[in-house]
Amino acid sequence: MVQSVNSALSNMLEKDENIILFGEDIGYFGGVFRTSDGLQKKFGKHRVFDSPLSEGGIAATAFGMGINGLRPVVEIQFADYIFPAYDQIVNEIAKVRHRSGGEFWCPVTFRTPAGGGIRGGHHHSQSPESQFTHTPGLKVVYCSTPYNSKGLLISAIESNDPVIFFEPKRCYRGPFYGDPHNVPTWKNHPESEVPESHYKIPLGQARVAMEGNDCTVIAWGTMVHVAEQAIKDSGLSCDLIDLQTLIPWDKETIINSVKKTGRCVIVHEAPKTSGFGSELAASIQERCFYSLESPIIRVAGWDTPFPHTTEWDYMPSPPRIAAAIKKTQEE
Amino acid sequence: MSTEEREDIPLHIPDAPFRPGDIPVFEEWTWTPQDLTKPDIECDADETYDHSRGLIRVLDDEGMASGEWDPKLTYSELLQGLKHMVRLRIFDDRMMKMQRTGKLSFYMQSLGEECIAIAQTMALNEQDWIFPTYRQPGAQFVRGRSMVSMICHCIGNVEDNVKGRQMPVHYTYKEGRYISVSSPVGTQFSQAVGVAMASKYKKLDEVTITWIGEGASAEGDYHYGLNFASVFKAPVILNVVNNHWAISTHYNVASGSANFASRGLAYGIPCFRVDGNDFLALYSVTKWARERANSGLGATHIEILTYRAGAHSSSDDPSRYRPSNEHEFWPGGDPIERLKQHLIKNYEWSEDRHLELEKDIDEEVIVAYKEAIKYGDLANGPYPSSDTIFTEVYEKVPWHLQEQWDEMKKWSVD
Repeated sequence: MVQSVNSALSNMLEKDENIILFGEDIGYFGGVFRTSDGLQKKFGKHRVFDSPLSEGGIAATAFGMGINGLRPVVEIQFADYIFPAYDQIVNEIAKVRHRSGGEFWCPVTFRTPAGGGIRGGHHHSQSPESQFTHTPGLKVVYCSTPYNSKGLLISAIESNDPVIFFEPKRCYRGPFYGDPHNVPTWKNHPESEVPESHYKIPLGQARVAMEGNDCTVIAWGTMVHVAEQAIKDSGLSCDLIDLQTLIPWDKETIINSVKKTGRCVIVHEAPKTSGFGSELAASIQERCFYSLESPIIRVAGWDTPFPHTTEWDYMPSPPRIAAAIKKTQEE
Repeated sequence: MSTEEREDIPLHIPDAPFRPGDIPVFEEWTWTPQDLTKPDIECDADETYDHSRGLIRVLDDEGMASGEWDPKLTYSELLQGLKHMVRLRIFDDRMMKMQRTGKLSFYMQSLGEECIAIAQTMALNEQDWIFPTYRQPGAQFVRGRSMVSMICHCIGNVEDNVKGRQMPVHYTYKEGRYISVSSPVGTQFSQAVGVAMASKYKKLDEVTITWIGEGASAEGDYHYGLNFASVFKAPVILNVVNNHWAISTHYNVASGSANFASRGLAYGIPCFRVDGNDFLALYSVTKWARERANSGLGATHIEILTYRAGAHSSSDDPSRYRPSNEHEFWPGGDPIERLKQHLIKNYEWSEDRHLELEKDIDEEVIVAYKEAIKYGDLANGPYPSSDTIFTEVYEKVPWHLQEQWDEMKKWSVD
């Protein structure tokens, strides 16, 4: 996935000279996760450069650049570090189109590695998507595979709205099926084939990763793979929907699936309370109430800070998710 | 409305002066211990202009101490400082080795910067508060923390006082008034000012010291801290450690000016730039700042000029972005070597005694390590109970969290 993100950035830098990349350690070094490796050398340091260590400054200057005709793609080194930029994102970037009567807008993309499973403790593991889905004016994307990371990132960059683009850092080098002692690479995964050329996955479109009739399982980021394992372990046949875009989310795919299966489990790493699962659960029951055979279940991170040594007891695991899927069959 | 294009005004993009393959050339140090006077603690900020532009030194290149800033420490005080620095270096070395075997997830060493927290904490009183970054763990040695307790934290075992919640090196040591280290850089800097304001509000005889890297001084917290300290004359010592590198980012990208010290002058705060590998100069400047703070005159802003000799962390490979031997060219040398030379030239110290000291400390570290791993390590456990995920989130556990706690117990893998 590191290469596919890099490839998306490279295609876009080539395509549009108004696109510039900046962020902490992303220039000469190529980023702490190597996602911009080689791009400064290829496109020049005026296109791809290091910024001061200042997330608030990165967001504010991205706002200004966006207003003045550029299309900045900035990196926040870890999603946990996005909060100094929160005011600029939430109060400024998200609202400028509306508050200026449509006269100004800011087509900035914030890329940020998110999620746990790397022994990162409180501050290198969080998954703060719902802090942004709650902000009108932002699009929120969460990729999960090499193929969708590239197609979604290109769409995000080409979007004229600001986009918060989460990359599950646990999956940069391979999918994660919930077993920290057995972590494969992307080799041989069906979503690891990534065209070199420009392609797009439209924002707002989910991916049906598995098909089945017993239950609809919705997940994003790392949890797509953990849920896949859980479905296999459950012995049931499920639709696994990789949401991909959280705002705006794919209403058709989800509603059609829940109407078909009548049961639904939503999985995310972020804390349960006010997590995006709550929004989905509420919307699904509003739209599919008479199709539901059992209550919608959320399997999520606990409402606690993300731990260091005990992270496998924090993140939703295949057994927890499988038990929830089975529980939906009881009613 | 449209604007004409002009080719001659490109955006300035700064870069590091040397990259892999280059031979680094640092500007020759012309600063001497005689350069700068020691101002009265009641001085105006403007009187420290030269001190913010020059470099306060006590130890010269030959290891001799002189000048107005010489703190005239006793042999036993100097030896204590040396021992703590050697202790930290050997401790770091052992932890890096343990990290490579998976006994801890991550590590950050203080290589080349051991002097800073140790000299400065020694210059404080024991009731003074410490708001460190991850590169000032040495302060804990000065405050008497046991090495076993520090290792237990780093390897996240059942004796870790923060219960396996934080990454290694994110120490908390309340007994030593050493606040819990947080990964988001810079946040401690302005918090320290609040601690100092509270000390004054409560009329307590205590000051607060804090540090921030030159890289993190680009964060808002740094500027909030300076401003609040200035407005409320808080008894705080505000240090910017300029070690040249914030991961791969050279200080040229942190600021458009190569001088960090003088930023405080505009806030009306006295400013010093000090040789960060000179134990005596650091001690002396800190003593001065403590005295000023404790006299109700407010903060002092100090740039500590040094060089990060090691990697940013165990996850970093600096040979990708800087000449791998760049630290050998640093004119400030090595802090341990410099104090050692000073002791050899002026006291009963010798290379042999130094080797003996290293041997003793190596033994001390091995004993502590063996004791610590009895309580588990990250590779093998046992870990703190997974119940610690739920405790101390709130003072009392609310119902919704209790429900989740009960649910977690069904699935716990610990």
